Amino acid sequence: MEQTELERPRNSALALFLTFSRITLSGFGGLTFWTRYVLVERERWLTQREFLDLLVLAQLLPGPNALNLTVMVGYRFGRWKGAAAAVAGFLTCPCLVVIGLGVLYQHYGALPQFQRALTGMSIAAAGLLLSVVIKLATVLPRRLLPWLFGALAFVGVGVLRWPLPWVVAALAPWAVATAWKEKA
Amino acid sequence: MDRVDLGGWFLHLLVLWFVAIGGPATILPDVHRYVVEMHHLVTTKEFAELYTLAQVAPGPNAMYVTLIGWHVAGLSGVAATTLPLLVPASTLTLLVGHLNERYPNAPLGRAIRRGLAPITIGLMFASATILMRAVNHDWRGYSMTLLTVTVVLLKPWNPLWLLAAGALAGIFGLV
Repeated sequence: MEQTELERPRNSALALFLTFSRITLSGFGGLTFWTRYVLVERERWLTQREFLDLLVLAQLLPGPNALNLTVMVGYRFGRWKGAAAAVAGFLTCPCLVVIGLGVLYQHYGALPQFQRALTGMSIAAAGLLLSVVIKLATVLPRRLLPWLFGALAFVGVGVLRWPLPWVVAALAPWAVATAWKEKA
Repeated sequence: MDRVDLGGWFLHLLVLWFVAIGGPATILPDVHRYVVEMHHLVTTKEFAELYTLAQVAPGPNAMYVTLIGWHVAGLSGVAATTLPLLVPASTLTLLVGHLNERYPNAPLGRAIRRGLAPITIGLMFASATILMRAVNHDWRGYSMTLLTVTVVLLKPWNPLWLLAAGALAGIFGLV
């Protein structure tokens, strides 16, 4: 499983630019679903496990998670040039789309059909996000503690609606210490 | 509407993104406070509509800030709101990415990644349920969300079709 520097595939800056353009243009309703779908299932650049490792780091770092993930995947496959190409692919189209949406919103924002279509898409998008959770959960070890940490994070943020930084600060050291002891 | 101080907004967002651990949703309350309550650049209704539009549009969810920037100040608004989100990514993330590639088997890095993976999954589950509660008003919405999950898990279809189906169901008043 461990890849050395030589075995690791290098993808061209152009391939990174195009792949991340494709991810970002499909990325309705959150990009985690599409990033995983394209990188793990379609292109097979990353395994499920490698994707989860990068996603964890991307969520730990400040800034938009999907952008952090893009930088790290770009860097893995093409160093500095790869990271720049991936980010350019990731942001160019959405900027143009957002400007187009801004124009549409100023003209048609009040139309009921427009608002109903938005609602229907959001409902499907919630289902897509839920399916990512189910697929990624399959790589978690079948032990009590990791699942307990996951459940506590869900209850703290999703049910009790406590501030995210507090929940993470309370759970993270405990979870990392547990993983550390298992390796040692 | 107040006159827009784009420089001040730029700096405000720059600081926000550096403390935004956990992604775009964590800074939403503060963005709302700045553009709606302090500077009256958009109304709270416009804020919610622009946010929803950016959520279902292609691209990162963080682009809702860009959309507000365009709505308020055109192209210079886009620049003032989009450049700040690049700064943490192009400094801290590159550094961590570099260390992670250089020392993929460092025990501490490994423990951090393995230890936090379940927390990440739990938080994503929380986001999914919050999103579901925000958009589903009755059993029809929830059944459509569950139907989407089932189809994704069982069929290798391109998920864009599911979003298109959602849009159609919305237009014809099924959900």
